[in-house]
Amino acid sequence: MNWGIFLRETPEGGTQYWEMIVSGLGWTLAVSAVAWVIAFVLGSLVGTLRTTPLPWLTRLGNAWVELFRNVPLLVQMFLWYFVVPEFIPPLKAWVIAADPAHAQFLSAVLCLGFFTSARIAEQVRAGIQSLPQGQRHAGMALGLTQPQVYRHILLPMAFRIIIPPLTSETMNLIKNSSIALTIGLAELTFRAREMGEYTFNFFEAFSAATIIYVIIAMTANRAMAVIERRTAVPGFIAGGAT
Amino acid sequence: MQLDFGSLSGALPYLAKGFRYTVELTTISVFGGFFFGTLLALARLSSLKPLSLFAAGYVNLVRSVPLVLVIFWFFFLVPYALQWIAGSERPPLVGAERTAIITFIMFEAAYFCEIMRAGIQSIPRGQVHAASALGLTYAQSMAHIVLPQAFRNMLPVLLTQTIILFQDTSLVYVISATDFVGAASKIAQRDSRLVEMYLFVALVYFVLCYTLSFVVKLVQKKIAIIR
Repeated sequence: MNWGIFLRETPEGGTQYWEMIVSGLGWTLAVSAVAWVIAFVLGSLVGTLRTTPLPWLTRLGNAWVELFRNVPLLVQMFLWYFVVPEFIPPLKAWVIAADPAHAQFLSAVLCLGFFTSARIAEQVRAGIQSLPQGQRHAGMALGLTQPQVYRHILLPMAFRIIIPPLTSETMNLIKNSSIALTIGLAELTFRAREMGEYTFNFFEAFSAATIIYVIIAMTANRAMAVIERRTAVPGFIAGGAT
Repeated sequence: MQLDFGSLSGALPYLAKGFRYTVELTTISVFGGFFFGTLLALARLSSLKPLSLFAAGYVNLVRSVPLVLVIFWFFFLVPYALQWIAGSERPPLVGAERTAIITFIMFEAAYFCEIMRAGIQSIPRGQVHAASALGLTYAQSMAHIVLPQAFRNMLPVLLTQTIILFQDTSLVYVISATDFVGAASKIAQRDSRLVEMYLFVALVYFVLCYTLSFVVKLVQKKIAIIR
């Protein structure tokens, strides 16, 4: 074993291997962060639509979830990167002209964002439906409109309830971002393998990536636990009696 | 954009071969993963501290690392592990297909462990006490009382996990194993028909997984009625 390898220069010149791993981590976090925002916005929207009394909106929301849940993420990644631009000529023109890293980033972010949005939509729906019907009715009785009921009563409760599943979904998203290496995005796993191939120190390279992923997972867990405690509503499951 | 599915029909036998490997890999991993996962769950719930710590450590480690990285780890480590077990002079050539099987069994074991642990914990403690009062040994009470019920309670979740696994096996693409997606991407690149090929693959997965999850819902309903 040779841990000093991380201080050696890469063939790219001017950088050391630890910097290569860190730049991979940067891409992993960047892709995950942007994809998370897309997933959270779309997921909340679709999840909410699925609980409205309008049947065609519900059906549209269900179709959305089924579409992204029943195709492997790898295949979705290929569809976004290789197939979608073929059907949108201006996008195709941009992809050809742009820096490959930008095109890969865009595809990965859209793919992971839409994929995760279907899963968050499912959690948001479950969260809203877990609330007693009385809350919706009470809101209506107070004269709130349908959107106001969602905005002030149902969603604030539902989002607190789904913090734990949302945490594991966020972790899934960070792990899933490694699939972007199949379209050439130089994220953490990609860089670890690249370093292994250059140096044959696969063990050290993979260990570094593994440790980083474990640290991310632990940090995310802690952060979400803090958020959960801060936002807890007294008297409800997450809030507890104390 | 002109779609041409012509190259698809000629490629069907090759795609079928890849698909057969996908199904094989899924089936072996489900049974292997379930077997080792149940053992891990028992270890995790065991009163022997070192055993439960080891199981918890393994499960948490595997679950916090991306599948792609796990596949790379095993692809790199399995030959050395086999060399060490067999005591041979150089690492044996295992091949991507067989490495993938070992990887998925070990990876899925961690996920099945969590499912089975939840299942075992859903059984009231009184049943275990009653079993030992009747003179059953630990192994007997697990095999005849706890595990069958845990399995039935968890059947819908186990089936859902199987569908996820079926989709996840596509990731063996990263070690160039020829599964369904691997076969499709090889043909796609040979004929430069990426659009048609990947649309076809997506459609096949969608129809299969949608049907399977529909079946899971039926099973769920049936189990709910029995209880």
